[in-house]
Amino acid sequence: MAGELVLLDFWPSPFGMRSRIALAEKGIPYEYREEDLRNKSDLLLQMNPVHKKIPVLIHNGKPVCESVIQVQYIDEVWHDKAPLIPSDPYQRAVARFWVDFIDKKIYELGSKIWKTKGEEQANAKKEFIECLKLLEGELGDKTYFGGESLGYVDVALVPFYSWFYAYEKCGDFSIEAECPKMIAWVKRCMQKESVAKSLPDQEKVYEFILQLKKVFGIE
Amino acid sequence: MKWRTIFSSKTMGGDEEVKVFGMWASPYSRRVELALKLKGIPYEYIEEDLSNKSALLIKHNPVHQKIPVLVHNGKSIPESLVILEYIDETWRNNPILLSQDPYDRAMARFWAKFIDEKILSTTRKVSFTTGKEQEHAIEEVTEQLKLLENEVKGKAYFGGEGIGYVDIVANFLVFWFGNLQEALGINIFSQHKFPFIFEWIQKQLKIDMVDESRIPKDKHLTYIRTRLAAFKSASK
Repeated sequence: MAGELVLLDFWPSPFGMRSRIALAEKGIPYEYREEDLRNKSDLLLQMNPVHKKIPVLIHNGKPVCESVIQVQYIDEVWHDKAPLIPSDPYQRAVARFWVDFIDKKIYELGSKIWKTKGEEQANAKKEFIECLKLLEGELGDKTYFGGESLGYVDVALVPFYSWFYAYEKCGDFSIEAECPKMIAWVKRCMQKESVAKSLPDQEKVYEFILQLKKVFGIE
Repeated sequence: MKWRTIFSSKTMGGDEEVKVFGMWASPYSRRVELALKLKGIPYEYIEEDLSNKSALLIKHNPVHQKIPVLVHNGKSIPESLVILEYIDETWRNNPILLSQDPYDRAMARFWAKFIDEKILSTTRKVSFTTGKEQEHAIEEVTEQLKLLENEVKGKAYFGGEGIGYVDIVANFLVFWFGNLQEALGINIFSQHKFPFIFEWIQKQLKIDMVDESRIPKDKHLTYIRTRLAAFKSASK
């Protein structure tokens, strides 16, 4: 069933990390290919002509684009191992709602934190923390968003942890101080090999952000 | 002013309570109603005044406070794409909106996301910008529509043998988009430029429920023009 599986990815991408975690959770072997985003491969452009973006999951030669779509695809094809998405339609809808929320808010707000200064940055930080608090509310007393095991929302959210240090340094604030429950959840996730091995080192991500800031002329 | 329409059917089990909080001119709201109608699911429709949102709407969608929201036996589901999948998974009668095949599902979700995150998002820019910015947005949405045109080329429906998930998400092309461009006085979307989408529209119109979900044109044009005028005077 595995067939040929290739993931076109870029090491700091939180979106790529989602697919890495999903595949690792299910113990599915695949070939990881690092893309240079300043010099995209012909394969990437051919497999994702619409968006020309990573990650792209190529299964037996057929591309699946968009990380949330990939995670659902992985879960549906390899449904017998470590299920990520609930089977109850309402629980599924709740999980999809929160993944949609994460997609609409976390990346964009996080980007504003490292790209901007002054009032724009302050507003982004405030809204970012508000979003994390909403997510903390959804987590409640559960071990993971998925309950006793890692679920769709956990996989969608935890990759952003690798960028937290960069956000904190650029924004001069502490996410743990504002959202301790979120960090406690992160630490539980990081104890899982599938997550720990899929996320890059936070300091490495911070160095990458500093380089990007130089390239884009952002102070 | 809020009004309620109750579609009831004696054939449905009496203990199913389905409500839709919507807005008549919203393509997101319309697609949810279309899915329910296609599956023959009776529901209560609650029209929301977006300038004065009801306490109930806010209760059912505290995070975004937007329509549409589906409430099924007291459980709230916001976000139209999430709602469509919920409807398909809960009521397993025809038409089945999403294929069982994981790859086909992935492709359907891809195009639905593209429609919402690209086409409809750029359409908002077309509506609410002017000059060079609007010109650029018009070019962008034209390119995006071309990609969609390519996807439906040679097919009766976006998905498979009958109306499905992407057809419902693309329903905004059947009435809404044409009205919008008429109100804006622009011509992005024509049979000449997009023959395959137009062919798809003709097939859609042959489906009773789609034809019945027609937005009253004059009312819609007036609504759009009023909104655009309000936006222009607010941005002066």
